[in-house]
Amino acid sequence: MFSGFMINAWEAATIVAVVAGIVGFFTVLRGSAFAAHALPNGAFAGAAGASLLGVNVIVGLGVFALLGALTIAGLGRRARHDVATALAIVMMLGLGSLFLSMTTEYAPQIYSLLFGEVLGVSTGELLPTAVIGALCVAVIFVLYRPLMLSSVMPDAAEARGVKVKQMDLAFLIVIALATAAAVPVVGSLLIFSLLIGPPAAARSFTDKPLHAMGLSVAVALATVWTAIALSYLSNLPIGFFVGTISACSYAAGRGWMAWRRARTSSSGSAVVTNLVQT
Amino acid sequence: MTALSLLAPVFEPGFFSSPPVDIALIVGGVVAVVSGVVGTFTVMRGQSFAGHALADIGTTGGSGAFLVGASPLYGFVVMNVIAAGVMELIGIRRPRGRDLATGIVLGAALGLAALFLYLDTTTSSTTGATINVLFGSIFTLASSMVPVIAILGALAVGTVLLCFRPLVLSSLSPDLAATRGVPVRLVGMAYFTALSLAVSLSAVAIGAILSTALLIGPAATALRLTKRTGTAMVIAATLGVVATWTGVLLAYDSYYWQPSHHGWPVSFFVVALVFVFYVVVELSVGRRSNRRRSVAGAGTA
Repeated sequence: MFSGFMINAWEAATIVAVVAGIVGFFTVLRGSAFAAHALPNGAFAGAAGASLLGVNVIVGLGVFALLGALTIAGLGRRARHDVATALAIVMMLGLGSLFLSMTTEYAPQIYSLLFGEVLGVSTGELLPTAVIGALCVAVIFVLYRPLMLSSVMPDAAEARGVKVKQMDLAFLIVIALATAAAVPVVGSLLIFSLLIGPPAAARSFTDKPLHAMGLSVAVALATVWTAIALSYLSNLPIGFFVGTISACSYAAGRGWMAWRRARTSSSGSAVVTNLVQT
Repeated sequence: MTALSLLAPVFEPGFFSSPPVDIALIVGGVVAVVSGVVGTFTVMRGQSFAGHALADIGTTGGSGAFLVGASPLYGFVVMNVIAAGVMELIGIRRPRGRDLATGIVLGAALGLAALFLYLDTTTSSTTGATINVLFGSIFTLASSMVPVIAILGALAVGTVLLCFRPLVLSSLSPDLAATRGVPVRLVGMAYFTALSLAVSLSAVAIGAILSTALLIGPAATALRLTKRTGTAMVIAATLGVVATWTGVLLAYDSYYWQPSHHGWPVSFFVVALVFVFYVVVELSVGRRSNRRRSVAGAGTA
C-alpha cells in the first residue's frame, strides 16, 4: 500500500486535503458552495479543450477556472451569485461538450477527470499541484483579516475600507487556483466534496476560526487517507469513499451540535428549576 | 414557395422530414416550457444551486437504474425525490445554510454516481455509459418517451400553477406570507417536488447541462425584463423554446458545415444562446437603470 506509485498518491492527496481544508473553511463561511461546485466542474471543459489543442491539462483547467471566476464575479450582483454561477457552469460545460465532440478522447479518460485518478498520479504532476496549492494557502493567509471581515460582516467591512467586491473576486480566484491544482489528482467532482464536507463538520465543533481551520484540515486529511486505503483494498473508485466520508463527517458534526444543544438546554432548565426551588 | 426557397440556406435538406428532429423539437419545446414556468420561481427563491444539483443528482439515479436494467427516467425521478426530501430535511432557513445542505447532498450523490458508473462500466463494458448519462442527447430519444415526458411536465406545471398565489407571496416575503396564513413550509415542499420532477424529466430528456441552462437562463433573463411573475413565466417559456429550437436547427445544419462533417452538439448551441440572451439583457437593463439612477441623483442634488 505504501510502495512505488502509491507514494505519489499519498503525497498528492495530502497536499490537496490541506489546501481544501483551508480554502474550504472560507467557502463554507461565505456560503460559496455553488461556486465551489461550478468552478471545478466547469473547468473540466478546459481540460477537454487542452487535450484538443495538445496543451498541458493544468493550463486548460486553470484558464477555464479563472474565466469562470471572472464570469461569476462580473455577472453576479451584490451578495447574490447563484444565477451568475449557474450560467457560468452551463456555459463552460456547453463548451466542454463541444470540445469533447471534436476530440477522440476515450470515455475512461473523461471518467478519470471527473472522478479522479489519485492512484495514477505521476511524479511530474506532483510539483505543479504543490506549487499552486501553496499559492492558494499563501493568498488566504495574506488576505486573512479582510477576507474574514468581509465574509462575516460585509457592511462593517465596507465601513472599515475593505473592498468587499474585490475580496469576492480574490476568493473566487483562490477557488479557481485550488481547482487547477486538485482536479488532475482527485477529479472535478471530489474536490467539491472536500471543499464542503470537512469544513462544515469542523465548524459544528468549534466557533474559533483558526481552530475550525485546523480541524477542517485534519478532517480532510482523515477523509482522503481513509478513502485511499479503502479504495486500494476494495478496488472501488476513490470518489465514492471521499463523497460518502465527507457527508458522514458533516452528519456527525450536525449530530454533535444537536446533542450539545439538547444538553445545554436541559442543563439550562435544571438551573432554572434550581433557582425556582431556592 | 419563394419564402421556402429564401429559407433554404437556413434549413438544410431533410430538416422537416427527419423523425429524430421532430422528436427533438417536440421534447425540447415541452421541456423548455416546463423549465421556464418552474424556473421563474427557482430564480425568485434563489434556489439555482438546488435546481442544478438535482440535475446532477439525477444522474446518480440514472446510472443506478442502468445498473439494475431499469429505465433511466425512473432512476432520475426516484433519486431526485429522495434528494429533495433530504435537502428539505436538513435544509436551514438561511440561503447560506441551504446552499451548504444542497452541497452536502450533492457531494454524497456524486460519490454514489462514481460507484455506480464504475460498476456500470465493469459489469457491462459499455464505457459510453458515463457520457450518455452525464451529457444526454436530444437526438437519441425514443418516441415512446414523448407521452411520459409530456405527462410529467404537465404535473410539474400544474403543481406550480395550482399554488401560484401562495407561491408568489412566500417567494417574495416568507414572513409576510406566514402572517397571512400561508403554510410556507408546505408550499415550499410542494414547489420543491415540482422542481425535482421538472429537473429529472429535463435532465433525462436533454442532459444535465441543458436542464440547468433552460431552468435558470430564460427565467433570470425574463425577471430582468419584468417584475410581474406571470409575464416573466411567459417570457421565460418563450425564450427557452426559441433557444432550444434554434439550437436544434443549428446542430442539424452543422453537419453540413465545413471543414469536417461531424456535427456540433445541440447543448453547446442552446447554452450559448441562453447565455447571450442573459448577457445582452443584463447589459442593456443594467445600463438603463444606472442612467436612471444617475439622473435621479442629479435631480435630488
